Amino acid sequence: MVIERRWKKWLYFYIPLTVFVLFTLFPFYWMAVTAVRPDPELYRSWRAANATPFWTLDPTIEHFKGLLESTEFLQWLWNTLMIATVSTIISLICGMFAGYALARLKFRGSEFLGTAIFITYLVPQTLLFIPLADIIRNMQLGNTPWALMLTYPTFLIPFCTWLLMGYFKTIPRELEECARIDGATRFGAMVRIIFPVAVPGILSAGIFAFTLSWNEFIYALVFLSSVEEKTVPVGVVSELIRGDIFFWGQLMAGALLGSVPVALAYSFFVEYYVAGLTGSVKG
Amino acid sequence: MAEVVLTGVNKWYDGNVHAVKDVNLHARDKEFMVFVGPSGCGKTTTLRMIAGLEEITSGEIRIGARVVNDLPPMDRDIAMVFQNYALYPHKSVYANMAFGLQMRKFPKDEIEKRVKEAAGILGIEPLLQRKPRQLSGGQRQRVALGRAIVRHPQLFLFDEPLSNLDAKLRVQMRVELKRLHERLETTAIYVTHDQVEAMTLGDRVVVMKDGVVQQVGEPLELYGNPANRFVAGFIGSPAMNFAEVTIAESGGGLWAETAGIRVRIPSARVGALRPHTGKRATLGVRPEALRIANGSDPADYVCEATVDVVEPLGSEILLNLTAGANEFVARVDPAVTVKTHERVRLAFDPVRLHFFDHATESAI
Repeated sequence: MVIERRWKKWLYFYIPLTVFVLFTLFPFYWMAVTAVRPDPELYRSWRAANATPFWTLDPTIEHFKGLLESTEFLQWLWNTLMIATVSTIISLICGMFAGYALARLKFRGSEFLGTAIFITYLVPQTLLFIPLADIIRNMQLGNTPWALMLTYPTFLIPFCTWLLMGYFKTIPRELEECARIDGATRFGAMVRIIFPVAVPGILSAGIFAFTLSWNEFIYALVFLSSVEEKTVPVGVVSELIRGDIFFWGQLMAGALLGSVPVALAYSFFVEYYVAGLTGSVKG
Repeated sequence: MAEVVLTGVNKWYDGNVHAVKDVNLHARDKEFMVFVGPSGCGKTTTLRMIAGLEEITSGEIRIGARVVNDLPPMDRDIAMVFQNYALYPHKSVYANMAFGLQMRKFPKDEIEKRVKEAAGILGIEPLLQRKPRQLSGGQRQRVALGRAIVRHPQLFLFDEPLSNLDAKLRVQMRVELKRLHERLETTAIYVTHDQVEAMTLGDRVVVMKDGVVQQVGEPLELYGNPANRFVAGFIGSPAMNFAEVTIAESGGGLWAETAGIRVRIPSARVGALRPHTGKRATLGVRPEALRIANGSDPADYVCEATVDVVEPLGSEILLNLTAGANEFVARVDPAVTVKTHERVRLAFDPVRLHFFDHATESAI
């Protein structure tokens, strides 16, 4: 019996899981290997006798050097960090209040408002950037970080609002009722009791929002034009693909460095992030 | 220290659900008043209106000298204990208990003094630095009580505070609550669906059904003189036995009759029941007002019955019997020896018979 259970666990659990993990991690591995592969290996035919497509025997840091010396990569990294941070903060603040209102306050049209906010999230960015570009131009924000800091919340706020609304609904109503009897106003109860209890939800909304703005491409491509204002995703693509030449090594080095901050943010908050997606801890 | 007066209080939800109907109540100063009723009877809604957590649709609520209709909960000088305790999960026990005082800008040493004092009363001093999730159900319950008493409010509100505890702890906490109330001498309103809790805790008990107050009275008054059939059936366990009877006159006396049962109406009750002659009524009799007849019982209060189930509980035996078309539960002495399917003669205690109008269900 025990032996049978063991092989069943392997068959139904470990083997599928391993396949899945390998599948999802392969692109990252490919990115990492390409980033340290010397140019001669990169441009060698796969059919060559000494081809080693899945690993390299001669790793190099040339691409990283080239990336940092010949492009504005550090500036792009800084731009991305600033824009992602500011738009995340704006979106979180709006999302917290809106999510609380939709979860707790009874007012005319609250359900319609909730649905409407959700629907705005469904409008594809590839359509929305056209009217937004017009607004950005009219407000003379083009080619400044503010163009992105103010447009990212258009999709981040609906997202944060919905995630947080769901989280606030899992917090027992009695907590804030008790706080209000204890002497807090509704606002006070929200700030002193509900928000601290909702920290896992707020953090996971924040991580998601940060990642979404970090990875955003189309608005950054359209609203920013000068090299030194660009974000990492746009900068890497527009400066390292010249004509039909792909600087694969530097492209992958940029992608690798660009994903480090997000990976750090995830690993740092992973516990909160899981709790945030699975509901609040009951008091 | 305050009395609570509700005058003509109504609650409508969304204009179509009438949850609380014209409630008039007066909880006296220092009284422990219990609202009891089945779920959905409006007891919790009434409590929440007193707390200020629900708006009242019409009527007036007064706590002490003040009409509180438009006061927010924080200004009503009340403390409430919730069914799920509602402890702040991110705060320590101490911070939970201190929160209400901090919000009211009490000096730090006064807060500490009061929290320590309340913790002493409830025996939770060793837990003050813990977080709520590190506490057992009973400990959480005590912390919730402590958080209420540190404030020295003029009114305590309890919303089914013992429902989440296991049976043994519930009995223990019930006694502690009673003791605590006697010590603090603060008016308290307590909501429960458990009639045993209501009877044991309440100085007076308010029985509610469908948003309407059915009866207000001391526990034994409710038990002995229920105002209607609902109260009679709700209070007491096992519940009162009911039989649909017809009031008939024969041989100079008034009788309650149905198939297999014929009970003479005691002379003291004849006056009240005479107008019902020829009509249907409900006969109510408590399980302890029934026993196995012996030779000396007057035949006017005895009927034949068959024993269906015998439930020996040690201190007493519960007999489930069938008499005619009616089923009865009798609570009898443990010395009684009867067997299932046995035919017995069942005696009614004539002074403990209840009669209810068939249509209005109110007591006759």
